Amino acid sequence: MDAQHANTYLIEPPRTQMLNRLWEFQRAKQYISDADIITLAKDYNISEIEIEGIVSFYHFFHRKPAGKYTIYLNNSMTSHMKGFNRILEAFERETAAKAGSTDPTGTFGLFLTPCIGLSDQEPAALINFYPFTNLNTLKVRNIITQLKKGVPLEEIYDKPKKNILFTTEDKASIFFSEFKSGSAISSLVALQPDGVINALRETRLSGRGGAFYPTWMKWQAAADEKATPKVVVCNADEGEPGTFKDRVLLHDVPETVIEGMIVCAYAVGASFGLIYLRAEYTWLQNRIEKALQRYRDKGLLGKSCGGITNFNFDIRLQLGAGSYVCGEETALLESAEGKRGEPRTRWFYPVQKGYLNLPTVVNNVETFSAVTRIVELGVDCFRSYGIEKSPGTKIISVSGDCKYPGIYEIEWGMTLGELLDKCGAEDPHYIQESGPSGTVLTLDEQDVPFAMFAEFFSQHIRCGGALTIFNKNRDILDILLNYADFYKKESCGICTPCRAGNYFIERKLERLKNGLANHEDIEELKQWSIIMRHTSRCGLGKTATNSLINTIEKFEEYFDGMIQQDKSALNVGFDMEAAIRDYEEFKN
Amino acid sequence: MAKRVNITIDGRNILAEEGRNLVEVASENGFFIPSLCYFETIDPPLGTCRTCTCRINGKFSPACTEKVREGLTIEVNAPDLKDMRKALVEMMFAEGNHICPSCEKSGNCDLQHMGYELGIAISRFPHLFKDRLIDYDAKRMIMEHNRCIKCMRCVVEIKNDDGKNVFSYQNRGNETYVGIDYKEEKKLTREQAVHAMNICPTGAIIVRGESYGMPFGFRKFDKKSTRPDYGTPVKNNNKRNGKPAKKTIATVSLAGCFGCHMSLLDIDTELLDLVELISFHKSPLTDIKEFSKRCDVGIVEGSVCNDENVETLRAFREHCDLLVAVGECAIWGGLPSMRNSIPLGECMEEAYLNCVTSEEGNTIIPYHKDLPKMLDRVYESREIVKIDYFIPGCPPDAQHIWKAVKNLLWDENYSILYSEFKYD
Ligand SMILES: Cc1cc2nc3c(=O)[nH]c(=O)nc-3n(C[C@H](O)[C@H](O)[C@H](O)COP(=O)(O)O)c2cc1C
Ligand code: SF4
Ligand code: SF4
Ligand code: SF4
Ligand code: FES
Repeated sequence: MDAQHANTYLIEPPRTQMLNRLWEFQRAKQYISDADIITLAKDYNISEIEIEGIVSFYHFFHRKPAGKYTIYLNNSMTSHMKGFNRILEAFERETAAKAGSTDPTGTFGLFLTPCIGLSDQEPAALINFYPFTNLNTLKVRNIITQLKKGVPLEEIYDKPKKNILFTTEDKASIFFSEFKSGSAISSLVALQPDGVINALRETRLSGRGGAFYPTWMKWQAAADEKATPKVVVCNADEGEPGTFKDRVLLHDVPETVIEGMIVCAYAVGASFGLIYLRAEYTWLQNRIEKALQRYRDKGLLGKSCGGITNFNFDIRLQLGAGSYVCGEETALLESAEGKRGEPRTRWFYPVQKGYLNLPTVVNNVETFSAVTRIVELGVDCFRSYGIEKSPGTKIISVSGDCKYPGIYEIEWGMTLGELLDKCGAEDPHYIQESGPSGTVLTLDEQDVPFAMFAEFFSQHIRCGGALTIFNKNRDILDILLNYADFYKKESCGICTPCRAGNYFIERKLERLKNGLANHEDIEELKQWSIIMRHTSRCGLGKTATNSLINTIEKFEEYFDGMIQQDKSALNVGFDMEAAIRDYEEFKN
Repeated sequence: MAKRVNITIDGRNILAEEGRNLVEVASENGFFIPSLCYFETIDPPLGTCRTCTCRINGKFSPACTEKVREGLTIEVNAPDLKDMRKALVEMMFAEGNHICPSCEKSGNCDLQHMGYELGIAISRFPHLFKDRLIDYDAKRMIMEHNRCIKCMRCVVEIKNDDGKNVFSYQNRGNETYVGIDYKEEKKLTREQAVHAMNICPTGAIIVRGESYGMPFGFRKFDKKSTRPDYGTPVKNNNKRNGKPAKKTIATVSLAGCFGCHMSLLDIDTELLDLVELISFHKSPLTDIKEFSKRCDVGIVEGSVCNDENVETLRAFREHCDLLVAVGECAIWGGLPSMRNSIPLGECMEEAYLNCVTSEEGNTIIPYHKDLPKMLDRVYESREIVKIDYFIPGCPPDAQHIWKAVKNLLWDENYSILYSEFKYD
């Protein structure tokens, strides 16, 4: 495989093959057996408990058979809005498997998983990692009937629609216009590394993974590092619920992503590249591998990339195994090294000590794509879109209560109201930007523009890539409970505020749901959220309560309507009937 | 020698060696920053517990993962930071199942110590009561998962002579626990095993035959506190002349062992003075069953385990100006709450049918309309009514209780000694 190919550019220790080995076992018999664990422990000369720890970290790895057909049904909010419950019932009825287990014959395994990057085509599921979209009960029955008849999955899966619905007013597109491989690489020698970094500086390109860290600064820091070899990592873990922009880029224009990595390698002096692809996008793996091979065949990857002497660079693709936190750059590096995906501390930054402790640049798919276009089209062309401090365009994945869910490539500066119009938002009430870790917006903010940095306006929406629209009929508490459950399960568990905090928050929200909360509970929710924000180790815990804090601030009347109004609160909400139910039942 | 740089901690200028760990530099200069996962020899630092969170150059950040460098400005003792750090330790108590009076590590436990140092009387978070195993299957060690705070020390530090890890995290999120490798554990030398127990900041790793080496009362944290305010005399600022007004107190023991009531009476002859000033109304001490007047203070011992407890507690709230929860059971459930991770049915069967003293076939689970109904789990008193004050301890020291109660009744100030607060 390409692993060997790439290995000549960096000697990766065998341990880095850990996830791939586990995938082999998992695919071969739909689970990882005791014997497999012993084999791996021997091969890598580490303790069995360490292997168990890795297996149990990733939710696509199973220690019990997970069915000849392993079904993962998305249980994110967009799925719930489009009928998740009915679909789950249909799967349970047709397969005879209960959620979280297999049917008695072991043919079907049915599991729930958070957002699989198909929010524009929900309800959606993966069966042996083949996508099935726009499900309804009839469709579920058909799929299962076919599978029972032995029809191969390749023949019946849905090719997800690309759904690119809007690309700037003059129908021009930076990201999706035609691209000829090598057209950015051909300008590299003229630009020189400094020129590349300068171009990024002039276009103010900032990290599209959501943190908006200036890309040129990261690359400059990596270029300045003395240690070699250096590594370029593409973060294709796109796990933020409601986000699917990277999916469309990787599907439609994977060349621009690959070429962005090559440009980066040239600019910082790296010799090894890694694309960390989330397992939910396994169906894109082949496409990307093929694109990589085309690059190698054309001499654009490998020894003397693009004919540039002494520029040797190749890329390996690493598949994840089901974990949202692995999108966090340092967790991603741990995972790629074949470990549990636990975020590192800031003792070192990835550009100092990243993958295998080598200087490493980690960037998002869209960031690399933008880099390619900047080098290809030139700084001026890029800057002719957008606004002064936020040049260019931004890809936003729109889903939820709107007529036209899909991909919108907007110019920075467009307002929320304009985008809501474009996508045919239906009675928008609670608008989630950048997924659960982002900000909650209301119609009061219609005139606020999307932008990376504050400009002449006081407010701006720094959208990482998702806009999820909820109408008035959606229960806000259901949304918050869904998020809380998501974070509770996806927390890596190594730091206290996030591991325990998300659990406490969920408990409190349940109290609220059961009508037992009073104003002090709301106050505590807010305080606990703020503690989590300030003390968590990585972005997951820091942002897990963003939506909750926003909701408490912006939807005060909503909460007022559901809490007990006795201000003295001498008697605390307590449901006696529920508390003695067990006793009454046991008695009988 | 390494370069020396200027840093500022809480406004004080300090000259320190560049690159050193901030927690250590702060501590050498007399700033107490709580820490639980930090361990001098582990490099890079773990940064998992977050109890060392400070404001560093304006940003919230753990001190233990910060290298000292020129111009660093650190805030340690701002009220919001103190509260945040306290909250983190409270989280650990609410997340695990910590029953100090029966713990081998008590007195040597960093977590317990931190609880005392930060003056934690109660966790603001609801106890999770997760059902956790105690793993007896390893040869040398017992893993008490109820007590682990996932600090990661053992995971990175303990290797056997083959260089293999003995401990590793399993699962993720709130399901995370530290797994122990039975095969590799067997190969640990006695010293290595004891080292594992000693670096564990809690009582999660217990080495058989080694855990009671030092008797209680003489252990690391039993005698002293780094907090200056324990035991410092507090000026009595009450301006009352003559005899204080007589007050009425009610007391109750819900699901408790009456230990707190025993402790209440454990003030020897002072009791005689007190009777002059206090009259007990509804209380096991007077055997008055019903409230017939308002009381100034209600003292609640014990947790809430049946519907009658709920009614009693509500009556206390109705008739008392102030409610004080005394002892761990009232505060968070205490010993009775050990049943909270077991289904009610199983508990009843175990207690009435399967226990050693019951004769097979001859015992029943008693049901009668006059018998209280068991709740699905044991509740904390503040889950039922608003509780105004909490006095921790199992049981709390008599002086501690009375000093606090007197303060509530007559505004008299007292200082609590470390030995009175740390009483277990
Ligand atoms: C919990 C968490 C999940 C993340 N998931 C992703 C992701 O799926 N894709 C991504 O590009 N960045 C993700 N990030 C951000 C990365 O840590 C990192 O900032 C980014 O990959 C850097 O690339 P950029 O500068 O090009 O945005 C995540 C961060 C956190 C804290
Ligand atoms: S914040 Fe959550 S995900 Fe991040 S390190 Fe802590 S426990 Fe892990
Ligand atoms: S580990 Fe420490 S805090 Fe927990 S029960 Fe034991 S002594 Fe108490
Ligand atoms: S067992 Fe002890 S040392 Fe290991 S993680 Fe838990 S608390 Fe830390
Ligand atoms: S001591 Fe700093 S995070 Fe634990």
